[in-house]
Amino acid sequence: MPTIDLTNTTLRELNGALHKLSHESNETLWRVLNPRGLHSVAAGIDAPIQVEIEGHVGYYCAGMNQRAYVVVRGNAGQGVAENMMSGHVHVQGDASQAAGASGCGGLLVIDGNASARCGISMKGIDIVVKGSVGHLSAFMAQAGNLVVLGDAGEALGDSIYEAHLYVRGSVKGLGADCIEKPLKEHHKAELQKLLSAAGVNGSVDIGEFRRYGSARKLYHFHIDNVGSY
Amino acid sequence: MCGIAGIFLKDHSLEPKLGALLAGMLTPLSDRGPDSAGFAVYGEPAANHVKLTLRAPQGYDFERLLRAVGPTAVPPEVYDTHVVITIPDERQAAIVAQIDTMPDVSIVGQGTRMTMFKEVGRPEQVAKRFGLDRMSGTHAIGHTRMATESAVTTNGAHPFTTGPDQCLVHNGSLSNHNAVRRELQRNGLKFQTDNDSEVAAGFLTWKMGEGASLAQAMEASLGALDGFYTFVIGTESGFGVLRDPIACKPAVMAETERWVAFGTEYRALVDLPGIDSARVWEPEPAKVYFWERH
Repeated sequence: MPTIDLTNTTLRELNGALHKLSHESNETLWRVLNPRGLHSVAAGIDAPIQVEIEGHVGYYCAGMNQRAYVVVRGNAGQGVAENMMSGHVHVQGDASQAAGASGCGGLLVIDGNASARCGISMKGIDIVVKGSVGHLSAFMAQAGNLVVLGDAGEALGDSIYEAHLYVRGSVKGLGADCIEKPLKEHHKAELQKLLSAAGVNGSVDIGEFRRYGSARKLYHFHIDNVGSY
Repeated sequence: MCGIAGIFLKDHSLEPKLGALLAGMLTPLSDRGPDSAGFAVYGEPAANHVKLTLRAPQGYDFERLLRAVGPTAVPPEVYDTHVVITIPDERQAAIVAQIDTMPDVSIVGQGTRMTMFKEVGRPEQVAKRFGLDRMSGTHAIGHTRMATESAVTTNGAHPFTTGPDQCLVHNGSLSNHNAVRRELQRNGLKFQTDNDSEVAAGFLTWKMGEGASLAQAMEASLGALDGFYTFVIGTESGFGVLRDPIACKPAVMAETERWVAFGTEYRALVDLPGIDSARVWEPEPAKVYFWERH
Protein backbone atom coordinates (compact mmCIF):
# COMPACT_ATOMS: atom_id res chain seq x y z
CA MET A 1 0.00 0.00 0.00
CA PRO A 2 1.66 3.25 -1.09
CA THR A 3 1.68 5.88 1.66
CA ILE A 4 2.43 9.41 0.54
CA ASP A 5 3.37 12.04 3.09
CA LEU A 6 2.76 15.46 1.60
CA THR A 7 5.30 17.05 3.94
CA ASN A 8 8.08 15.33 1.98
CA THR A 9 6.43 14.63 -1.39
CA THR A 10 5.09 17.34 -3.66
CA LEU A 11 1.44 17.43 -4.61
CA ARG A 12 2.49 17.22 -8.25
CA GLU A 13 4.36 13.97 -7.56
CA LEU A 14 1.34 12.49 -5.78
CA ASN A 15 -1.15 13.43 -8.48
CA GLY A 16 1.31 12.40 -11.21
CA ALA A 17 1.63 8.93 -9.65
CA LEU A 18 -2.16 8.61 -9.34
CA HIS A 19 -2.68 9.71 -12.95
CA LYS A 20 -0.23 7.09 -14.25
CA LEU A 21 -2.16 4.18 -12.74
CA SER A 22 -3.72 1.87 -15.28
CA HIS A 23 -7.16 0.40 -14.81
CA GLU A 24 -5.56 -2.95 -13.95
CA SER A 25 -3.11 -1.58 -11.39
CA ASN A 26 -2.61 -3.69 -8.28
CA GLU A 27 -1.81 -0.60 -6.24
CA THR A 28 -5.43 -0.15 -5.28
CA LEU A 29 -5.11 1.40 -1.81
CA TRP A 30 -3.29 4.69 -1.30
CA ARG A 31 -2.89 6.66 1.89
CA VAL A 32 -2.14 10.38 1.84
CA LEU A 33 -0.78 11.96 5.02
CA ASN A 34 -0.52 15.64 6.01
CA PRO A 35 -2.58 17.26 3.25
CA ARG A 36 -2.40 20.53 5.30
CA GLY A 37 -5.13 22.24 3.31
CA LEU A 38 -3.41 21.83 -0.06
CA HIS A 39 -5.51 22.30 -3.16
CA SER A 40 -6.32 19.69 -5.82
CA VAL A 41 -5.31 16.68 -3.73
CA ALA A 42 -6.16 13.48 -5.66
CA ALA A 43 -7.75 15.43 -8.51
CA GLY A 44 -8.08 13.88 -11.94
CA ILE A 45 -7.85 10.18 -11.03
CA ASP A 46 -9.12 7.69 -13.60
CA ALA A 47 -8.63 4.28 -12.01
CA PRO A 48 -10.67 2.00 -9.70
CA ILE A 49 -8.53 2.63 -6.62
CA GLN A 50 -9.13 3.77 -3.06
CA VAL A 51 -7.41 6.90 -1.74
CA GLU A 52 -7.57 7.71 1.96
CA ILE A 53 -6.61 11.28 2.86
CA GLU A 54 -5.81 11.83 6.52
CA GLY A 55 -6.63 15.46 7.33
CA HIS A 56 -8.22 18.65 6.01
CA VAL A 57 -7.85 19.42 2.30
CA GLY A 58 -8.08 22.68 0.34
CA TYR A 59 -9.92 23.38 -2.90
CA TYR A 60 -10.98 20.95 -5.65
CA CYS A 61 -10.07 17.73 -3.85
CA ALA A 62 -10.94 14.69 -6.01
CA GLY A 63 -12.09 16.98 -8.81
CA MET A 64 -12.88 15.31 -12.14
CA ASN A 65 -12.78 11.95 -10.39
CA GLN A 66 -13.48 8.80 -12.40
CA ARG A 67 -13.89 5.35 -10.81
CA ALA A 68 -11.85 6.08 -7.66
CA TYR A 69 -13.14 5.95 -4.09
CA VAL A 70 -11.64 8.92 -2.26
CA VAL A 71 -12.10 9.36 1.50
CA VAL A 72 -11.24 12.64 3.25
CA ARG A 73 -10.83 12.20 6.99
CA GLY A 74 -11.33 15.89 7.67
CA ASN A 75 -12.92 18.94 6.07
CA ALA A 76 -12.77 19.80 2.39
CA GLY A 77 -12.39 23.28 0.92
CA GLN A 78 -14.28 24.68 -2.05
CA GLY A 79 -15.30 22.52 -4.98
CA VAL A 80 -14.72 19.06 -3.56
CA ALA A 81 -15.45 16.44 -6.27
CA GLU A 82 -16.22 19.21 -8.75
CA ASN A 83 -16.97 17.82 -12.18
CA MET A 84 -16.85 14.23 -10.90
CA MET A 85 -17.66 11.72 -13.64
CA SER A 86 -17.95 8.48 -11.63
CA GLY A 87 -16.69 6.88 -8.45
CA HIS A 88 -17.33 7.83 -4.84
CA VAL A 89 -16.01 10.69 -2.74
CA HIS A 90 -16.63 10.63 1.00
CA VAL A 91 -15.88 13.70 3.16
CA GLN A 92 -16.02 12.77 6.81
CA GLY A 93 -16.06 16.38 8.01
CA ASP A 94 -17.64 19.51 6.50
CA ALA A 95 -17.34 20.71 2.92
CA SER A 96 -17.01 24.32 1.86
CA GLN A 97 -18.79 26.00 -1.05
CA ALA A 98 -19.68 24.43 -4.38
CA ALA A 99 -19.31 20.81 -3.29
CA GLY A 100 -19.92 18.51 -6.26
CA ALA A 101 -20.21 21.48 -8.66
CA SER A 102 -21.01 20.46 -12.24
CA GLY A 103 -20.63 16.78 -11.34
CA CYS A 104 -21.72 14.42 -14.11
CA GLY A 105 -21.84 11.15 -12.18
CA GLY A 106 -20.72 9.19 -9.14
CA LEU A 107 -21.62 9.69 -5.50
CA LEU A 108 -20.47 12.44 -3.13
CA VAL A 109 -21.19 11.86 0.55
CA ILE A 110 -20.57 14.58 3.14
CA ASP A 111 -20.93 13.51 6.76
CA GLY A 112 -21.02 17.09 8.10
CA ASN A 113 -22.42 20.28 6.58
CA ALA A 114 -21.84 21.67 3.12
CA SER A 115 -21.85 25.45 2.79
CA ALA A 116 -23.24 27.59 -0.03
CA ARG A 117 -23.87 26.41 -3.59
CA CYS A 118 -23.68 22.69 -2.90
CA GLY A 119 -24.42 20.87 -6.17
CA ILE A 120 -24.38 24.02 -8.28
CA SER A 121 -24.97 23.10 -11.93
CA MET A 122 -24.95 19.37 -11.09
CA LYS A 123 -25.33 17.25 -14.20
CA GLY A 124 -25.94 13.72 -12.96
CA ILE A 125 -23.95 13.38 -9.75
CA ASP A 126 -25.66 12.10 -6.60
CA ILE A 127 -24.88 14.09 -3.45
CA VAL A 128 -25.87 13.04 0.07
CA VAL A 129 -25.22 15.59 2.82
CA LYS A 130 -25.82 14.26 6.32
CA GLY A 131 -25.80 17.78 7.82
CA SER A 132 -27.19 20.96 6.26
CA VAL A 133 -26.45 22.87 3.06
CA GLY A 134 -25.99 26.62 2.59
CA HIS A 135 -27.71 29.10 0.31
CA LEU A 136 -28.16 28.64 -3.44
CA SER A 137 -27.62 24.91 -3.30
CA ALA A 138 -28.56 23.04 -6.50
CA PHE A 139 -28.48 26.34 -8.42
CA MET A 140 -29.23 25.53 -12.09
CA ALA A 141 -29.05 21.83 -11.21
CA GLN A 142 -29.64 19.83 -14.36
CA ALA A 143 -29.65 16.15 -13.40
CA GLY A 144 -28.83 13.86 -10.49
CA ASN A 145 -30.00 13.88 -6.89
CA LEU A 146 -29.25 16.08 -3.90
CA VAL A 147 -30.24 14.55 -0.57
CA VAL A 148 -29.98 16.69 2.58
CA LEU A 149 -30.63 15.15 5.97
CA GLY A 150 -30.48 18.54 7.72
CA ASP A 151 -31.70 21.94 6.55
CA ALA A 152 -31.25 23.91 3.34
CA GLY A 153 -30.40 27.61 3.14
CA GLU A 154 -31.99 30.35 1.04
CA ALA A 155 -32.86 30.00 -2.65
CA LEU A 156 -32.68 26.22 -2.86
CA GLY A 157 -32.81 24.97 -6.44
CA ASP A 158 -32.83 28.40 -8.04
CA SER A 159 -33.36 28.08 -11.82
CA ILE A 160 -33.35 24.31 -11.48
CA TYR A 161 -33.72 21.99 -14.48
CA GLU A 162 -34.36 18.29 -13.82
CA ALA A 163 -32.33 17.37 -10.73
CA HIS A 164 -34.22 15.81 -7.80
CA LEU A 165 -33.90 17.47 -4.41
CA TYR A 166 -34.79 15.72 -1.15
CA VAL A 167 -34.57 17.65 2.14
CA ARG A 168 -35.46 16.22 5.54
CA GLY A 169 -35.19 19.45 7.57
CA SER A 170 -36.38 22.96 6.94
CA VAL A 171 -35.83 24.92 3.75
CA LYS A 172 -35.20 28.62 4.33
CA GLY A 173 -36.47 29.50 0.89
CA LEU A 174 -36.94 28.14 -2.61
CA GLY A 175 -35.26 29.76 -5.57
CA ALA A 176 -36.90 30.85 -8.82
CA ASP A 177 -38.93 28.08 -10.48
CA CYS A 178 -38.25 25.57 -7.68
CA ILE A 179 -41.34 24.09 -6.04
CA GLU A 180 -42.26 21.33 -3.62
CA LYS A 181 -43.49 18.19 -5.34
CA PRO A 182 -45.18 15.06 -4.03
CA LEU A 183 -42.93 12.30 -2.71
CA LYS A 184 -44.23 9.29 -4.63
CA GLU A 185 -43.35 5.63 -4.17
CA HIS A 186 -40.72 5.62 -6.88
CA HIS A 187 -39.10 8.68 -5.29
CA LYS A 188 -39.03 6.89 -1.96
CA ALA A 189 -37.32 3.95 -3.64
CA GLU A 190 -34.79 6.28 -5.24
CA LEU A 191 -34.16 7.99 -1.90
CA GLN A 192 -33.77 4.65 -0.11
CA LYS A 193 -31.18 3.58 -2.64
CA LEU A 194 -29.22 6.80 -2.24
CA LEU A 195 -29.31 6.64 1.56
CA SER A 196 -28.12 3.02 1.50
CA ALA A 197 -25.28 3.94 -0.84
CA ALA A 198 -24.30 6.71 1.60
CA GLY A 199 -24.32 4.27 4.51
CA VAL A 200 -27.47 5.64 6.13
CA ASN A 201 -29.51 2.55 6.81
CA GLY A 202 -32.63 2.37 8.89
CA SER A 203 -31.78 5.35 11.09
CA VAL A 204 -33.68 7.78 8.90
CA ASP A 205 -37.41 7.73 8.17
CA ILE A 206 -37.90 8.21 4.42
CA GLY A 207 -41.31 9.75 5.12
CA GLU A 208 -39.67 12.76 6.80
CA PHE A 209 -38.22 13.99 3.51
CA ARG A 210 -39.84 16.49 1.21
CA ARG A 211 -39.16 16.61 -2.47
CA TYR A 212 -38.39 19.73 -4.52
CA GLY A 213 -37.93 20.15 -8.23
CA SER A 214 -38.53 22.35 -11.23
CA ALA A 215 -41.88 24.00 -11.97
CA ARG A 216 -40.61 23.97 -15.58
CA LYS A 217 -41.83 27.49 -16.22
CA LEU A 218 -38.45 29.13 -16.51
CA TYR A 219 -36.47 26.94 -18.85
CA HIS A 220 -39.27 26.09 -21.29
CA PHE A 221 -40.01 28.62 -23.97
CA HIS A 222 -43.56 29.90 -23.64
CA ILE A 223 -45.21 31.87 -26.42
CA ASP A 224 -46.73 34.34 -23.93
CA ASN A 225 -43.19 35.43 -23.00
CA VAL A 226 -42.10 36.18 -26.54
CA GLY A 227 -42.19 39.92 -25.86
CA SER A 228 -39.60 39.51 -23.12
CA TYR A 229 -36.82 38.38 -25.45
CA MET B 1 -7.88 36.98 -4.22
CA CYS B 2 -6.10 38.50 -1.19
CA GLY B 3 -5.50 36.65 2.03
CA ILE B 4 -6.41 37.40 5.61
CA ALA B 5 -5.01 35.95 8.79
CA GLY B 6 -6.08 36.79 12.30
CA ILE B 7 -5.37 35.34 15.71
CA PHE B 8 -6.80 36.13 19.13
CA LEU B 9 -5.12 34.49 22.11
CA LYS B 10 -7.05 33.17 25.07
CA ASP B 11 -3.99 31.59 26.73
CA HIS B 12 -1.66 34.37 27.99
CA SER B 13 1.34 32.05 27.90
CA LEU B 14 1.21 32.21 24.09
CA GLU B 15 1.51 36.02 24.01
CA PRO B 16 5.29 36.12 23.46
CA LYS B 17 4.72 33.95 20.37
CA LEU B 18 1.90 36.01 18.85
CA GLY B 19 4.03 37.53 16.07
CA ALA B 20 5.64 34.21 15.19
CA LEU B 21 2.20 32.60 14.93
CA LEU B 22 0.92 35.37 12.64
CA ALA B 23 4.07 35.25 10.49
CA GLY B 24 3.49 31.52 10.00
CA MET B 25 -0.08 32.22 8.93
CA LEU B 26 0.80 34.96 6.42
CA THR B 27 3.46 33.00 4.53
CA PRO B 28 1.10 30.40 2.96
CA LEU B 29 -1.23 33.27 2.00
CA SER B 30 1.49 34.89 -0.13
CA ASP B 31 0.09 33.04 -3.17
CA ARG B 32 -3.20 34.85 -2.67
CA GLY B 33 -1.65 38.27 -2.23
CA PRO B 34 1.93 38.76 -3.45
CA ASP B 35 1.76 42.55 -3.93
CA SER B 36 1.93 43.89 -0.41
CA ALA B 37 1.35 42.90 3.18
CA GLY B 38 0.56 44.48 6.47
CA PHE B 39 -0.36 43.59 9.99
CA ALA B 40 -1.56 45.11 13.24
CA VAL B 41 -0.33 43.79 16.57
CA TYR B 42 -2.03 44.57 19.88
CA GLY B 43 0.69 44.61 22.55
CA GLU B 44 1.30 45.88 26.09
CA PRO B 45 -0.09 49.36 26.79
CA ALA B 46 1.79 51.98 28.83
CA ALA B 47 -0.46 53.88 31.26
CA ASN B 48 -1.49 57.35 30.03
CA HIS B 49 0.55 56.88 26.88
CA VAL B 50 -0.34 56.39 23.24
CA LYS B 51 1.65 54.51 20.60
CA LEU B 52 2.18 56.10 17.21
CA THR B 53 3.47 53.95 14.37
CA LEU B 54 5.22 56.21 11.85
CA ARG B 55 6.43 55.36 8.39
CA ALA B 56 9.08 57.09 6.27
CA PRO B 57 10.89 56.22 3.04
CA GLN B 58 13.73 53.68 3.04
CA GLY B 59 16.91 55.22 4.47
CA TYR B 60 15.11 58.04 6.28
CA ASP B 61 17.00 59.51 9.21
CA PHE B 62 14.73 58.55 12.11
CA GLU B 63 17.23 60.07 14.60
CA ARG B 64 16.36 63.52 13.31
CA LEU B 65 12.64 62.78 13.69
CA LEU B 66 13.12 61.42 17.20
CA ARG B 67 15.14 64.47 18.24
CA ALA B 68 12.26 66.63 17.06
CA VAL B 69 9.80 64.57 19.13
CA GLY B 70 12.01 64.88 22.20
CA PRO B 71 12.76 62.36 24.95
CA THR B 72 10.10 59.76 25.83
CA ALA B 73 9.84 57.48 28.85
CA VAL B 74 9.49 54.42 26.63
CA PRO B 75 12.33 54.25 24.07
CA PRO B 76 11.30 54.40 20.41
CA GLU B 77 11.55 51.19 18.42
CA VAL B 78 12.69 51.29 14.81
CA TYR B 79 11.43 48.55 12.48
CA ASP B 80 12.88 48.98 8.98
CA THR B 81 10.85 51.83 7.44
CA HIS B 82 8.62 52.21 10.52
CA VAL B 83 9.19 53.54 14.01
CA VAL B 84 6.92 53.14 17.03
CA ILE B 85 6.99 56.01 19.51
CA THR B 86 5.18 55.85 22.84
CA ILE B 87 4.23 59.34 24.01
CA PRO B 88 2.23 60.78 26.92
CA ASP B 89 -1.42 61.42 26.10
CA GLU B 90 -1.10 65.14 26.85
CA ARG B 91 1.63 65.58 24.22
CA GLN B 92 -0.18 63.60 21.50
CA ALA B 93 -1.88 66.54 19.78
CA ALA B 94 1.32 68.62 19.64
CA ILE B 95 3.45 65.73 18.35
CA VAL B 96 0.87 64.72 15.73
CA ALA B 97 0.73 68.35 14.54
CA GLN B 98 4.54 68.39 14.32
CA ILE B 99 4.62 65.12 12.35
CA ASP B 100 2.02 66.50 9.97
CA THR B 101 4.56 69.15 8.97
CA MET B 102 7.10 66.47 7.95
CA PRO B 103 6.33 65.66 4.30
CA ASP B 104 8.13 62.28 4.28
CA VAL B 105 6.57 60.92 7.46
CA SER B 106 3.10 59.48 7.79
CA ILE B 107 1.21 58.12 10.75
CA VAL B 108 0.34 54.49 9.99
CA GLY B 109 -1.61 53.80 13.15
CA GLN B 110 -2.22 55.02 16.65
CA GLY B 111 -3.67 53.64 19.82
CA THR B 112 -2.93 52.53 23.33
CA ARG B 113 -2.05 48.99 22.24
CA MET B 114 -2.07 48.79 18.43
CA THR B 115 1.05 49.03 16.32
CA MET B 116 0.77 48.67 12.56
CA PHE B 117 3.20 47.85 9.78
CA LYS B 118 2.71 47.64 6.02
CA GLU B 119 4.89 47.56 2.96
CA VAL B 120 4.91 46.61 -0.69
CA GLY B 121 6.50 43.20 -1.38
CA ARG B 122 6.05 39.47 -0.83
CA PRO B 123 4.34 38.94 2.54
CA GLU B 124 7.00 36.62 3.97
CA GLN B 125 9.65 39.25 3.15
CA VAL B 126 7.56 42.06 4.60
CA ALA B 127 7.09 40.05 7.81
CA LYS B 128 10.85 39.43 7.98
CA ARG B 129 11.77 43.09 7.39
CA PHE B 130 9.66 44.13 10.36
CA GLY B 131 10.71 41.20 12.57
CA LEU B 132 7.10 40.14 13.06
CA ASP B 133 8.18 36.81 14.53
CA ARG B 134 9.66 38.65 17.55
CA MET B 135 6.53 40.68 18.37
CA SER B 136 4.27 39.81 21.27
CA GLY B 137 0.71 40.70 22.17
CA THR B 138 -2.82 39.48 22.68
CA HIS B 139 -4.24 39.58 19.15
CA ALA B 140 -3.08 40.41 15.68
CA ILE B 141 -4.46 40.58 12.18
CA GLY B 142 -2.67 40.59 8.86
CA HIS B 143 -3.36 40.81 5.17
CA THR B 144 -1.70 39.77 1.92
CA ARG B 145 -2.88 41.90 -0.98
CA MET B 146 -3.46 41.19 -4.64
CA ALA B 147 -4.31 44.68 -5.83
CA THR B 148 -7.46 44.94 -7.92
CA GLU B 149 -9.30 48.07 -6.91
CA SER B 150 -6.45 50.59 -6.48
CA ALA B 151 -2.69 50.76 -7.08
CA VAL B 152 0.07 48.70 -5.46
CA THR B 153 1.32 51.24 -2.95
CA THR B 154 2.14 51.13 0.72
CA ASN B 155 -0.88 53.32 1.40
CA GLY B 156 -3.04 50.80 -0.45
CA ALA B 157 -1.76 47.96 1.73
CA HIS B 158 -4.01 46.71 4.50
CA PRO B 159 -4.81 46.96 7.38
CA PHE B 160 -6.65 50.24 7.27
CA THR B 161 -7.16 52.29 10.37
CA THR B 162 -9.38 55.28 10.82
CA GLY B 163 -9.55 55.46 14.59
CA PRO B 164 -7.39 54.75 17.63
CA ASP B 165 -6.72 51.03 18.15
CA GLN B 166 -9.11 50.18 15.29
CA CYS B 167 -8.10 48.41 12.14
CA LEU B 168 -9.70 46.42 9.38
CA VAL B 169 -8.52 44.03 6.69
CA HIS B 170 -10.71 43.21 3.72
CA ASN B 171 -10.90 40.54 1.07
CA GLY B 172 -13.28 41.52 -1.71
CA SER B 173 -14.41 44.75 -3.31
CA LEU B 174 -17.09 47.25 -2.39
CA SER B 175 -19.32 48.78 -5.02
CA ASN B 176 -20.80 51.74 -3.13
CA HIS B 177 -17.65 52.99 -1.40
CA ASN B 178 -17.61 56.40 -3.11
CA ALA B 179 -21.11 57.21 -1.92
CA VAL B 180 -20.39 55.97 1.62
CA ARG B 181 -17.08 57.91 1.68
CA ARG B 182 -18.85 61.17 0.78
CA GLU B 183 -21.43 60.54 3.50
CA LEU B 184 -18.71 59.84 6.08
CA GLN B 185 -16.72 62.91 4.97
CA ARG B 186 -19.81 65.00 5.61
CA ASN B 187 -19.75 63.53 9.11
CA GLY B 188 -16.17 64.73 9.58
CA LEU B 189 -14.14 61.58 8.80
CA LYS B 190 -10.87 61.95 6.92
CA PHE B 191 -9.54 59.43 4.44
CA GLN B 192 -5.98 58.95 3.24
CA THR B 193 -6.65 56.94 0.08
CA ASP B 194 -9.27 56.23 -2.61
CA ASN B 195 -9.39 52.64 -1.42
CA ASP B 196 -12.73 50.90 -0.82
CA SER B 197 -11.50 49.06 2.27
CA GLU B 198 -10.58 52.28 4.02
CA VAL B 199 -14.23 53.30 3.65
CA ALA B 200 -15.33 50.12 5.43
CA ALA B 201 -12.88 50.89 8.24
CA GLY B 202 -14.20 54.46 8.36
CA PHE B 203 -17.79 53.29 8.52
CA LEU B 204 -17.06 51.10 11.56
CA THR B 205 -15.10 53.91 13.25
CA TRP B 206 -17.99 56.30 12.67
CA LYS B 207 -20.54 53.82 14.02
CA MET B 208 -18.48 53.10 17.11
CA GLY B 209 -17.94 56.82 17.56
CA GLU B 210 -21.74 57.15 17.65
CA GLY B 211 -21.77 54.72 20.56
CA ALA B 212 -22.20 51.37 18.82
CA SER B 213 -20.31 48.31 20.05
CA LEU B 214 -18.05 46.51 17.59
CA ALA B 215 -20.77 43.90 17.07
CA GLN B 216 -23.43 46.58 16.46
CA ALA B 217 -21.17 48.46 14.05
CA MET B 218 -20.53 45.25 12.10
CA GLU B 219 -24.24 44.50 12.03
CA ALA B 220 -24.91 47.99 10.62
CA SER B 221 -22.29 47.57 7.89
CA LEU B 222 -24.35 44.67 6.47
CA GLY B 223 -26.98 47.20 5.45
CA ALA B 224 -24.69 50.09 4.52
CA LEU B 225 -21.95 48.42 2.50
CA ASP B 226 -22.66 46.84 -0.87
CA GLY B 227 -20.29 44.44 -2.54
CA PHE B 228 -18.16 41.45 -1.74
CA TYR B 229 -16.34 41.29 1.51
CA THR B 230 -14.85 39.27 4.24
CA PHE B 231 -13.70 41.62 7.00
CA VAL B 232 -11.52 40.89 9.98
CA ILE B 233 -11.57 43.77 12.44
CA GLY B 234 -9.34 44.53 15.41
CA THR B 235 -10.10 46.83 18.33
CA GLU B 236 -8.25 47.53 21.57
CA SER B 237 -9.91 44.58 23.25
CA GLY B 238 -11.38 42.46 20.49
CA PHE B 239 -11.40 40.77 17.18
CA GLY B 240 -14.36 40.39 14.80
CA VAL B 241 -15.22 38.59 11.57
CA LEU B 242 -17.96 39.37 9.05
CA ARG B 243 -18.76 37.93 5.60
CA ASP B 244 -21.15 39.45 3.09
CA PRO B 245 -24.60 37.81 2.75
CA ILE B 246 -23.65 35.81 -0.34
CA ALA B 247 -20.33 34.74 1.14
CA CYS B 248 -18.41 35.48 -2.00
CA LYS B 249 -14.98 35.23 -0.43
CA PRO B 250 -13.58 32.17 1.30
CA ALA B 251 -13.10 31.98 5.05
CA VAL B 252 -12.10 29.36 7.60
CA MET B 253 -12.06 29.64 11.36
CA ALA B 254 -10.56 27.46 14.03
CA GLU B 255 -10.78 27.52 17.80
CA THR B 256 -9.14 25.74 20.69
CA GLU B 257 -9.07 26.55 24.41
CA ARG B 258 -5.90 28.57 23.77
CA TRP B 259 -6.81 30.68 20.70
CA VAL B 260 -9.29 31.61 17.98
CA ALA B 261 -7.96 32.05 14.47
CA PHE B 262 -9.18 33.18 11.08
CA GLY B 263 -7.67 32.28 7.73
CA THR B 264 -8.81 32.88 4.18
CA GLU B 265 -7.76 29.30 3.62
CA TYR B 266 -7.11 26.42 5.98
CA ARG B 267 -3.50 26.42 4.78
CA ALA B 268 -2.94 29.53 6.89
CA LEU B 269 -3.85 27.67 10.08
CA VAL B 270 -1.91 24.43 9.73
CA ASP B 271 1.02 25.35 11.98
CA LEU B 272 -0.99 26.70 14.92
CA PRO B 273 -0.42 24.76 18.15
CA GLY B 274 -3.06 22.07 18.62
CA ILE B 275 -4.66 22.59 15.20
CA ASP B 276 -5.21 18.86 14.78
CA SER B 277 -7.73 18.85 17.61
CA ALA B 278 -9.15 22.34 16.93
CA ARG B 279 -12.77 22.94 15.95
CA VAL B 280 -12.54 24.04 12.33
CA TRP B 281 -15.54 25.62 10.60
CA GLU B 282 -16.61 28.01 7.88
CA PRO B 283 -18.14 31.21 9.28
CA GLU B 284 -21.69 31.74 8.08
CA PRO B 285 -22.59 34.57 5.73
CA ALA B 286 -23.97 37.79 7.24
CA LYS B 287 -23.27 36.58 10.76
CA VAL B 288 -21.23 38.70 13.14
CA TYR B 289 -18.52 36.83 15.02
CA PHE B 290 -16.43 38.55 17.66
CA TRP B 291 -14.28 37.78 20.63
CA GLU B 292 -13.28 40.20 23.40
CA ARG B 293 -10.60 40.11 26.06
CA HIS B 294 -11.95 39.89 29.59
